[in-house]
Amino acid sequence: MHKFLKRNFAGYAFLSPWLIGFFFLAIGPILASLYLSFTKYNVVRPPQWIGLDNYFYMFQMDQRFWKALQVTFTFVTVSVPLKLMFALFVAMALDKGIRAIGWYRALFYLPSILGGSIAVAILWRQLFNYDGVINSILRLFGGDGPYWLSDPKYSLWTLIVLAIWQFGSPMLIFLAGLRAIPQELYEAAEIDAAGPVRKFFAITVPLLAPVIFFNLVLQMIEAFKSFSGAFIISGGTGAPLDSLLFFTVYLYNEAFSFLRMGYASALAWVLLLIIAAFTAIAFWTSKYWVHYENERG
Amino acid sequence: MTDTTLSALDTAEIARAYREAKARRAKRSAILKHIFLIITSLIMVYPLLWMLASSLKPDNEIFGDLGLWPSEFQWQNYWAGWNALPVSFTRFFWNSTVVTVLSVIGNVISCSFAAYAFARLEFSGKTLWFALMMMTLMIPYHVVLIPQYLLFLNLGWVDTYLPLIVPRFLAGDAFFIFLMIQFFRQLPRELDEAAMIDGCSPFKIYWAIIMPLSLPAMATAAIFSFIWTWEDFLGPLVYLNDIEDYTVPLALRSFISSDGVSQYGPMFAMSILSILPIILFFIIFQRLIIRGIAMSGLK
Repeated sequence: MHKFLKRNFAGYAFLSPWLIGFFFLAIGPILASLYLSFTKYNVVRPPQWIGLDNYFYMFQMDQRFWKALQVTFTFVTVSVPLKLMFALFVAMALDKGIRAIGWYRALFYLPSILGGSIAVAILWRQLFNYDGVINSILRLFGGDGPYWLSDPKYSLWTLIVLAIWQFGSPMLIFLAGLRAIPQELYEAAEIDAAGPVRKFFAITVPLLAPVIFFNLVLQMIEAFKSFSGAFIISGGTGAPLDSLLFFTVYLYNEAFSFLRMGYASALAWVLLLIIAAFTAIAFWTSKYWVHYENERG
Repeated sequence: MTDTTLSALDTAEIARAYREAKARRAKRSAILKHIFLIITSLIMVYPLLWMLASSLKPDNEIFGDLGLWPSEFQWQNYWAGWNALPVSFTRFFWNSTVVTVLSVIGNVISCSFAAYAFARLEFSGKTLWFALMMMTLMIPYHVVLIPQYLLFLNLGWVDTYLPLIVPRFLAGDAFFIFLMIQFFRQLPRELDEAAMIDGCSPFKIYWAIIMPLSLPAMATAAIFSFIWTWEDFLGPLVYLNDIEDYTVPLALRSFISSDGVSQYGPMFAMSILSILPIILFFIIFQRLIIRGIAMSGLK
């Protein structure tokens, strides 16, 4: 026993802050949240067990839940591929020792750092105002811009553009991945008279697949979790007409504006399961299209 | 005899022409790339420059004006913005600084502890804890938010900074643990072994060997921790209700919710000041930041 203690003491001593955090701030809350999702709870009165009612209500009656899902899915499926394509395109232009690469890299990465800030969300609101900069630019080209912020048909585009603006971090990861592709492959392809398009699809894409996959999973999770942009641009409510009702914004409002903690916990669990499912799908399908360097076929 | 010389000359000629053509093509494509990259950079930076310019413009000049040069510099926007809310921005910046500095310290200490245990120490159950730690990487903050809020509410911590700071001392950010583990693993194990033979305790090894050798990793974690805490909005939004306690992002938000007041210049002035520390950090620590992302895939 003494020996056991001695062998493990240092390890657990160093791990103890994390262990406390893990139990009280991670696994404990997750289980508590699961329990709360089966209750009705408004903080003032103790939680009241109602079984699956929250989930029944959510799936069968709650129009705003479906709306929130639809908005979030649209945002994820439109913004993530566009962002990754743009990131890859720019990374390829930056690859192979172009001059001033440090400058470009820094400038392109800056929006990724600032993108989550309230300052940028406020800025975006002004840029996309009807009298704002975006519409002024469209007018220069003879177009007439819509009411980006108040027309539910267009409002989500403000946030999609904001997401694409932050393409810098996947771009850096793509750059690191591109560096790892052996140059000889491209040279060999050139001898076989392969054009740039052919080289891209026959060499770059398959060899970069693990990196693309990594970026895809990471960016999808980020997109599902994004909150402050939608919160600020929609004035905290998901307006206009719930067209910016991101799942996280809906959850926040249910919990902290209406104090429906039980229902909000059920929403939180649905979010957790959606993110887990998407991650699992990405991992599962990856074996069909991701080939790691050291394996064949 | 002459024939072979000629053909040798020809081959050299052809090879040179081929090389030249290839160089010309490379040059042309480099120029095209630069044009594309410069235009893209301008588009990327334009919104930020526009915000900077707007922070110095008179209010009636801001909307829809594409120009980046104010007709006259309204430096008083900064003064007006600083005092536009019932509480001055001196207070908000002080609050943000307190929360951020303590969070960074907490993150670096607690995450390096955990990472040291995972990377260098042997103890039973390590594999299980490691797997659980990696799983917490995926958990969205929104899922633990409500129970954490209820816990802190019961502890009487709402409307204090404790809910924002204490979790940082409990290694709440698995990203940083992961980043540090990656770094610690590269350090030669012989160092630990030699120190152990000399009778160093695990803490001594952590403090005198691992930490001094890991300054780049610690700096990277500290920088990201700084940026994320400084920009954090949801945490303060949930836990801070009294305007005296507001951090800078919350204060900025009250700018747009204080209705009807057309204070765009002052609002942008404070927005610029709010991101200034991050931009300065970015300029100073650019190298570390960019390497940190390539190393760990941080966002």
